[in-house]
Amino acid sequence: MSNKILQIENVKREFKMGTETVRALKGVSFDVDSGEFLTIMGSSGSGKTTLLNMLGCLDKPTEGTYMLDNVNVKELTRDELAKLRNHKIGFVFQSYNLLPRTSALENVELPLLYNPTIGTKERTERAIAALQAVKLDGRFDHMPNQLSGGQQQRVAIARALVNEPVMILADEATGNLDTRTSYEIMSLMQELNQNGKTIVFVTHEPDIAAFSTRTVMLRDGKVQKDSMNKHIRWAKEALASLPATDDY
Amino acid sequence: MKFINLIRLAIKALQRNKLRALLTMLGIIIGVASVITMMSIGEGSKQSINASLASMGSNMITIMPYSNEPGGARMMGSSLKTLTIKDVDALKKNAVNIAEISPLASSSGQSINGAANWPTSIQGVSPEYLDIRKLSVKEGIIFSEQDVRSSAKVCLLGKTVVDNLFPNGEDPIGKIIRFGKIPFQVIGVLTPKGTSNFGQDQDDIIIAPYTTVQKRILSSIYFGQIYASATSEAASDAAVAEITSILRETHRLRDAEDNDFQVRTQAELMTMMNSTSSMMTALLTAVASISLVIGGIGIMNIMYVSVTERTREIGLRMSIGARGIDILLQFLIEAIVISVTGGVIGVILGISAALIVPASLNWPTVISEFSIVISFLVCAITGIFFGYYPALKASKLDPIEALRYE
Repeated sequence: MSNKILQIENVKREFKMGTETVRALKGVSFDVDSGEFLTIMGSSGSGKTTLLNMLGCLDKPTEGTYMLDNVNVKELTRDELAKLRNHKIGFVFQSYNLLPRTSALENVELPLLYNPTIGTKERTERAIAALQAVKLDGRFDHMPNQLSGGQQQRVAIARALVNEPVMILADEATGNLDTRTSYEIMSLMQELNQNGKTIVFVTHEPDIAAFSTRTVMLRDGKVQKDSMNKHIRWAKEALASLPATDDY
Repeated sequence: MKFINLIRLAIKALQRNKLRALLTMLGIIIGVASVITMMSIGEGSKQSINASLASMGSNMITIMPYSNEPGGARMMGSSLKTLTIKDVDALKKNAVNIAEISPLASSSGQSINGAANWPTSIQGVSPEYLDIRKLSVKEGIIFSEQDVRSSAKVCLLGKTVVDNLFPNGEDPIGKIIRFGKIPFQVIGVLTPKGTSNFGQDQDDIIIAPYTTVQKRILSSIYFGQIYASATSEAASDAAVAEITSILRETHRLRDAEDNDFQVRTQAELMTMMNSTSSMMTALLTAVASISLVIGGIGIMNIMYVSVTERTREIGLRMSIGARGIDILLQFLIEAIVISVTGGVIGVILGISAALIVPASLNWPTVISEFSIVISFLVCAITGIFFGYYPALKASKLDPIEALRYE
């Protein structure tokens, strides 16, 4: 067993738009090891979103192979993909995507509802543990509209953690947040990473990419640059260095 | 996802939109309530018809004169002159399936007691008539065979006649009243029977020996009808066949000739009356069912809206591991919960209406378990049928598209 969580080899994705074929990914290859904090960067139109959908098992490559935790995604059916997402991936979205009028705890429990091996009691316990891990003690019964953006995103991260995935997949997770809250979220991400979680973070902000251990730059459907980050910025330090007037 | 969680989820989703859920249910509620009410009214009238026919004697057989002569002026059955005492005697002697038999010669006229008078009808019968028609004597006695033979001027009065001829509440027994010009001595009063199902006052009668009515009032040897009772309800058909063959013989009808009489059983009448009432019930139920279908379309409509509204939610659920079937079941069960909840409310309303109708409109109602079970099943099926397409649409969504849906 390799400890490579993701193995992407010459992945291509084409869309048919009428008579024209749009080639969003033109052969992307890279691996992600367990415990890495990878950021995928690129301007719009670079194939970032397509790659993200692929990594999230929401889409399948037209060509090439994508192995997620040694499972070849291309061979799976729709339902098998759903199961794979449920067991191996934790999604964090830019717009949080919490269920409205549903308490934080229930939002976090959601992925476990689709896992029939987990009973009611275990579900609640794990959801509470996940919320505690994102430092949201005492907010269990709050509705999303009673939480701040940063808190909502932390609920979303708890939801991504609760099924103990092999990888957290974040899509512009700080895109809707101010700098301070972004740093808080990144600090949380770094903490999770240090505890061994593999994180793949899609962003277009170089600022955010600086917190990761490795950055993949996409351009025009291809990997332009794949570099290890030699000077990892620590979000906690960044937070401390923010001017005090920026306080909430 | 586990089934119990799906139901919990559906209830929660509906609680978030209480008013909308209620309005969606309204069609089903009205549909189910009206189906149950209509069916209970139909069933009630059927049973009351049956009860009143049975109270007249369920094994009663009526023989009436009848003519099927083509051409010429056709006459009303009762004015035809074919039935005589010979027929009665022949039937009495030869028919084995008949328990009792009584001729009927009736006349309408004015009954008079001093200053009080009342228009009524006098029925000339034999003593067996009371048994056949399930009448009984409340006070006094019934006339005897001797009275019949001697054409005695004795009579029994129904309650309505008593009330009108003796307004001060005197005891009518032994008094002399007149019917037209003929004086009659009152020897008995009949037990009241009330209004028949056809709106006829069954107590507005005077009963006297048929000989008296024939000789002294009608001056005729013919009977308007002959009443008989079969030995049992089951023997009714055999009795009818027997009566027909005996009467054809006494009337000396050749094989090619039609009957100059007709024989009716109470069972036939029952079937006839019930067919009318069944048709009405079917019609009313059909109309009510249409509202159930409209209710179902309402559910479909709202479910489509709900699926569109919650596209992002569907996308999210799919991205965290919901399979198509999970989403399908989620929305399908939501539709079923709407329709079944509506059904329960409808059943309650329908039963209440069925209980209120007899009190306010004076129509008898009988709530049948059958109608409740049926309308409940129809509700569930409506929910499945009309909820399926929106749910299928939801389950077929592409998670990528759904997540980006604005």
